Amino acid sequence: MTQGYSFAYLDEQTKRMIRRALLKAVAIPGHQVPFGSREMPLPYGWGTGGIQVTASVLGADDVLKVIDQGADDTTNAVSIRRFFARTAGVRTTTRTAEATVIQTRHRIPEMPLREDQIIVYQVPMPEPLAKLEPSRPEAARMHALADYGLMHVKLYEDITRFGQVSISYDYPVMVNARYLMSPSPIPAFDNPKLHMNPALQLFGAGREKRLYAVPPWTSVRSLDFDDHPFRATRAPHRCGLCGADDSYLDEVVTDDRGGRLFVCSDTDHCETRRDAGHTGAEPLAAE
Amino acid sequence: MAYVAVKGGERAIDNAHAWLAEARRGDPGVPGLGIDQIAEQLGRAVDRAMAEGSLYDRDLAALAIKQAQGDLIEAAFLLRAYRTTLPRFATSRPVETAHMRIRRRISAVFKDLPGGQVLGPTTDYTHRLLDFALAADAVVPPAPQPPADSDATPRVHDILGHEGLIEPDVASDAEPGDITRTPLALPAERDVRLQALARGDEGFLLALGYSTQRGYGNTHPFVGEIRMGEVAVEIEPSELGFAIDIGDLVLTECQMVTQFAGSKTEPAQFTRGYGLAFGHGERRAMAMALVDRSLRAAELGEEATAPGQDCEFVLSHCDNIEATGFVEHLKLPHYVDFQSELETLRRLRASAA
Repeated sequence: MTQGYSFAYLDEQTKRMIRRALLKAVAIPGHQVPFGSREMPLPYGWGTGGIQVTASVLGADDVLKVIDQGADDTTNAVSIRRFFARTAGVRTTTRTAEATVIQTRHRIPEMPLREDQIIVYQVPMPEPLAKLEPSRPEAARMHALADYGLMHVKLYEDITRFGQVSISYDYPVMVNARYLMSPSPIPAFDNPKLHMNPALQLFGAGREKRLYAVPPWTSVRSLDFDDHPFRATRAPHRCGLCGADDSYLDEVVTDDRGGRLFVCSDTDHCETRRDAGHTGAEPLAAE
Repeated sequence: MAYVAVKGGERAIDNAHAWLAEARRGDPGVPGLGIDQIAEQLGRAVDRAMAEGSLYDRDLAALAIKQAQGDLIEAAFLLRAYRTTLPRFATSRPVETAHMRIRRRISAVFKDLPGGQVLGPTTDYTHRLLDFALAADAVVPPAPQPPADSDATPRVHDILGHEGLIEPDVASDAEPGDITRTPLALPAERDVRLQALARGDEGFLLALGYSTQRGYGNTHPFVGEIRMGEVAVEIEPSELGFAIDIGDLVLTECQMVTQFAGSKTEPAQFTRGYGLAFGHGERRAMAMALVDRSLRAAELGEEATAPGQDCEFVLSHCDNIEATGFVEHLKLPHYVDFQSELETLRRLRASAA
């Protein structure tokens, strides 16, 4: 552990303050709880909310996994994983199955989570109504009254103009049939994984100073209409490395003549499948 | 070209940090910059980093400026990240700017007044001609010494207050808010607004203050007074029962006098806008005072139509550490979301075809 700092960087009073806010968040699923967000040694926008939540729930025996865009090896994931390895001395892993705490930016792992796991989402804009109503006090009033007509109108207008809802990520969800919630900028493809998830799901927004939570086994419904049901979409391809046809794919530009390769965004999922002998159409480059 | 999984993020980060350190140092043939040189000779940069970093420590601010290669927002960020880890031993008593050891004190509303007009070390009347002698590091002759300290210099607002021409500044026993511990609640009271403005971005405050002068929420301001100098910081430990002096701060204070027509319950009188900055921060203190006054629109029953009068707009966007974080985070990978947008766009175009 780095000398001069508390376990996992934050002082004990701050962690207790955040845990109290988290308890309130768990008690009111989907409701945004204001908290005394601290200035972190990483910039706002890099995951300061998620880092504070992780720091507050992390114990010495935990095994931490950090992903960004589904991958363990993206630079920001590496940086945050190192931060906790350095300040908390916890064991880290890239294996979803081995992790007890998973901090994520923009994805939910493909492997179903378990009851003994916590997933912590980094949230840039916790207010799902912000694009429709920029004033936070006004948005808070709409939440209090469950007045979400504005969002339904937005979806309806999308359908009349485009024939479908045009929101492709950060797709708004209704939690426990009460609060409208931003699932963070995960692709809409991941939304169904929020529903009745056995794991505790915590959301931290550092700059906006808000926390919220989805307790295990809680209903999370993506907003839709009876005649226009929500559809999770992905690129209609197989992973070029492991052949998966049901995982979320990244599109990699391979040349300047329109060449594309689609690969799993969840690197652990892809590696696990390749270790099990699955292959895609694209041979791996020699190391 | 085959796809090669992006590995080696850790090594890339280490290498980038090494390169950054080398770039920061620059040509090793040029002597390195001492912290004392920055603290002594780039004092206004130190003042700004301290104000926006909300930490009064000239040496740490100088170190932060060196570490940030002179990027003052980055320097303020370094100070903020450091200050948030500091334990709080005591709360000081309010500093008494009426007892400031004056280095500079001017009023734009009275030609002369008790305590006098003291220009101090100002650039106001310099001609902005590049001084090539400075490049050669010419010896600076000592400046004439100011006359010995007079007694306390009364504040212009207290002079106006005797006649009841300006709204009274009512002392309050209420605990002031603290946005570093409690999330901002809107609409915010003036104590919280002033705290946010005091650490807000100087450029943002300047532009907003300027906008109120150009007609977006005009408040017809006059500089009642600007004063800059040292004030004593006192704490009163409970076990002692009396105040002890723990050090001095250099502060710049600006009191704006603005028009107010009066209302059914209030006689016509001048109103106040207040600005306070660590160090010699005149532009910051003046801009803050303009914005403080324009944010009082609702309280004074004025119609609030301009950005500078919108408490939520100003307080949500004045912090440059928050702003730079959210703007700059756009360079982090977003390819998952971009991919979902690509698929949506392809689907929309296919269904339109």
